[in-house]
Amino acid sequence: MLDQTEGYTTEDGRKIGGVVMEMRNITLRFGGVEAIKDISFDIREGEIRAIIGPNGAGKSSMLNVISGFYVPQEGQVFYKGAPRPPMKPYQVAQQGIARTFQNIALFEGMSVLDNVMTGRLTHMKTGLFSQSFWLGKAEKEETENREVAEKIIDFLEIQAIRKTPVSRLPYGLKKRVELARALAAEPSLLLLDEPMAGMNVEEKEDMSRFILDVNDEFGTTIALIEHDMGVVMDLSDRVVVMDYGKKIGDGTPSEVRGNQAVIDAYLGVAHD
Amino acid sequence: MTDRTKGADGPQSVPALLHRNATEFANAPAYREKEYGIWQSWTWAETREEIEALALGLLDLGVAEGDFVAIIGRNRPKLYWSMVAAEMCGAVPVPLYQDAVAEEMSYVLSHCGARFVIVGDQEQVDKVIEVQAELPNFEQMIYLDPRGLRKYDHSRLHQYSHIQDVGRAKRDELLGELTARQDKLDYDSTCVMLYTSGTTGKPKGVVLSNRNVIETSKSSSEFDDLRQSDDILAYLPMAWVGDFIFSVGQAMWTGFCTNCPESADTMHVDLREIGPTYYFAPPRVFETQLTNVMIRMEDAGRFKKWLFDVCMAQARKVGPAILDGQPVSQWDRFKYNLGELFIYGPLKNTLGFSRVRVGYTAGEAIGPEIFDFYRSLGINLKQLYGQTEATVFITAQPDGEVRSDTVGVCCPGVELKIAENGEVFYRSPGVFVEYYKNAESTADTKDAEGWVATGDAGFVEEDTGHLRIIDRAKDVGQMADGSLFAPKYVENKLKFFPNILEAVVFGNGRDECTAFINIDLTAVGNWAERNNIGYASYQELARHPQVMDTIQAHVEEVNTSIAQDEMLSGCQVHRFVVLHKELDADDGELTRTRKVRRRIIEEKYADIIAALYDGSTSISTVTEVTYEDGRKGSISATLEVRSAAVQAVAQKMAAE
Repeated sequence: MLDQTEGYTTEDGRKIGGVVMEMRNITLRFGGVEAIKDISFDIREGEIRAIIGPNGAGKSSMLNVISGFYVPQEGQVFYKGAPRPPMKPYQVAQQGIARTFQNIALFEGMSVLDNVMTGRLTHMKTGLFSQSFWLGKAEKEETENREVAEKIIDFLEIQAIRKTPVSRLPYGLKKRVELARALAAEPSLLLLDEPMAGMNVEEKEDMSRFILDVNDEFGTTIALIEHDMGVVMDLSDRVVVMDYGKKIGDGTPSEVRGNQAVIDAYLGVAHD
Repeated sequence: MTDRTKGADGPQSVPALLHRNATEFANAPAYREKEYGIWQSWTWAETREEIEALALGLLDLGVAEGDFVAIIGRNRPKLYWSMVAAEMCGAVPVPLYQDAVAEEMSYVLSHCGARFVIVGDQEQVDKVIEVQAELPNFEQMIYLDPRGLRKYDHSRLHQYSHIQDVGRAKRDELLGELTARQDKLDYDSTCVMLYTSGTTGKPKGVVLSNRNVIETSKSSSEFDDLRQSDDILAYLPMAWVGDFIFSVGQAMWTGFCTNCPESADTMHVDLREIGPTYYFAPPRVFETQLTNVMIRMEDAGRFKKWLFDVCMAQARKVGPAILDGQPVSQWDRFKYNLGELFIYGPLKNTLGFSRVRVGYTAGEAIGPEIFDFYRSLGINLKQLYGQTEATVFITAQPDGEVRSDTVGVCCPGVELKIAENGEVFYRSPGVFVEYYKNAESTADTKDAEGWVATGDAGFVEEDTGHLRIIDRAKDVGQMADGSLFAPKYVENKLKFFPNILEAVVFGNGRDECTAFINIDLTAVGNWAERNNIGYASYQELARHPQVMDTIQAHVEEVNTSIAQDEMLSGCQVHRFVVLHKELDADDGELTRTRKVRRRIIEEKYADIIAALYDGSTSISTVTEVTYEDGRKGSISATLEVRSAAVQAVAQKMAAE
């Protein structure tokens, strides 16, 4: 088993650091429905951590617990070593967590650039007055933040649609813009909810490459939910497998692949 | 700085021109590139500093005189600088097509035995690593963009900026050596080696000397009065001789500014922002732009559409005449000026052509309608005829003598002669030195007196002195009845229709001509959208009955037009198919410059050609395709073979 404090080295030779976030005995209920049952796992610095499972396994609920959107009835979330109290979304963002959504949540009427700039909000300090009238520090701040946004646009190769309103973009590009906005926040932990959903093979390959590059270039810790097993096995360093709200597997892709419970869950063995 | 200009003739090498520019135009912009949404620019003085730093770094890395340095990537100032830096070191730059798949690259890299490779990004690094086992001479690779490369083994891999840093740090020790090497460069030393796209067989390395490049740049710049204040947009493949002459040769000679787009996708936006004064594009680009304009006008409101139509009618009537400086009545001129105010001016601005003083197109024939469209707007679009072996320029159209059906008169210093069989020969200071490691081909192409065979058949018009090209000499053949077969002539006529992207005509030695046709997905797709015709793929759209009808109408129109020409009336297309896939350079069907490779197509689609001639009405076929990353797959389809009406021809009348 992995040591709780020491990191490990991945198959491709990257050094993974200590625990960034830990879920300890999480149980989440909606009325009488137990969406998550007593799940514990951790996310380590610099790794790509996947949560997989069949439909309705509780993956998205888990991600919402990680992001602080849902507060579990039982158990505790530890972020950077300290137990995390219930928080407002902006407080989560300030903590350095950013996310994308399964069903794209961009500002449709705004341009790609403006959408990416909204990701910089937590890094802007000047007030409403000086920003409205473009006074003093506001201009300098805008320039600095624009530069960060432009670097991300360059990184994700969306220069050609910089000024295009998001509503005019195809689905695959919208996904990329969402990733750009999340990256603009310069998160230390990036949560991706089904980043490849509804994409064709080529788009999936592009997205996989971007995810790996983000991890490589910025050292961002990434937790992602994904349906496509092939993609997950190629991308991630460690995988948590969920089924009916329970954790049925946890480990490296090859460990998980050989796990009988996981095979059963995916091939559909009758549950008692 | 020591004076590196030799004698009264001026600078004798490209690096010497750089030094001249860095002194004479020190603060004028030399290169611009859009990055992070902003145009970054470098003056000539800064450019020299950058290039020198790189050259010193290359010396430190062990680049020796006579080495080949391959350069692969999209148009970026740093890659242009790499070419000049390589020459400074006495090495020979070899730009490669960046979209070539690994095995094509492998051939060129091993043929020239490149010791060093300078590439743009991870994609190119991966390709070279993939084939490095086949490259015994390959030693070190330098890349510009470090993205995704952090984990790579860096024992043979270096970042561009680090090489420059080393060069700057060791400037004092190495500058003497660099200066000595540059002093050895003269008119006869090799400036660059460019691989021809190779319509037939393997690519050949064309060696061009400083004399070729500088003499050609000088005379062509004078021909068109290019100035130091001009701007060009560098967006065509760096491996193509034209880009080298425009963005390095002429840029170095006149000192104008070369602008590099942010990425291939943003080319049109960047074009508009820069507004080049000197612009080159192959006919395809002009075609695509015109198609886009027309599509958008179809979608415009009724009043705008009316205004556009009225103004364009006026432009077609007097625009070309005004451009050629011919007399036009005051009233027409007034109406044209109104048109300029309402339509032409804004349209040129949208297209990025507001400032174009000299525009060129070449490589393929351009449709007369397309050509006239741009000229009627007041854009000085001209045609030139050239090839790699001539350092581009053979003939070009002087201002005021522009026509869509000729390629112009001899460029300064060029002599032409037409052989018995109609093949065009030329001789000029731009004639290449040799094909690298291929004395046999050199001797076949260039004779002892310096005459070079173009491989094209053509004739010179007696009254005007303009050259007209008919077709590739080896493609011109005979039909079974002995009449002339010129496939490209027919293909060009077909391709002038916006709906037709590519056409291949067969018929050499046969009774009748047949054709493969590729539809243009943009134009046909837009038409489908407006007519509520649903389609899931290129394949499905291509075989839609209404699409077939439209294409048939186009083919029949072409037949009517061909029938007018006595010499070529036998080339009417009797039967055709609309292909289920686009012809693609990745599949070897086209060259990287998008010229049709007939023999490969004939072999690959032998079953379809057979169906075209055996009278069947449909053919099922399976075709292998190569994806961009080099993987292979296959698509199967059933194609409908259609017959097109042909016009009766005088001599054939009796038979029919």
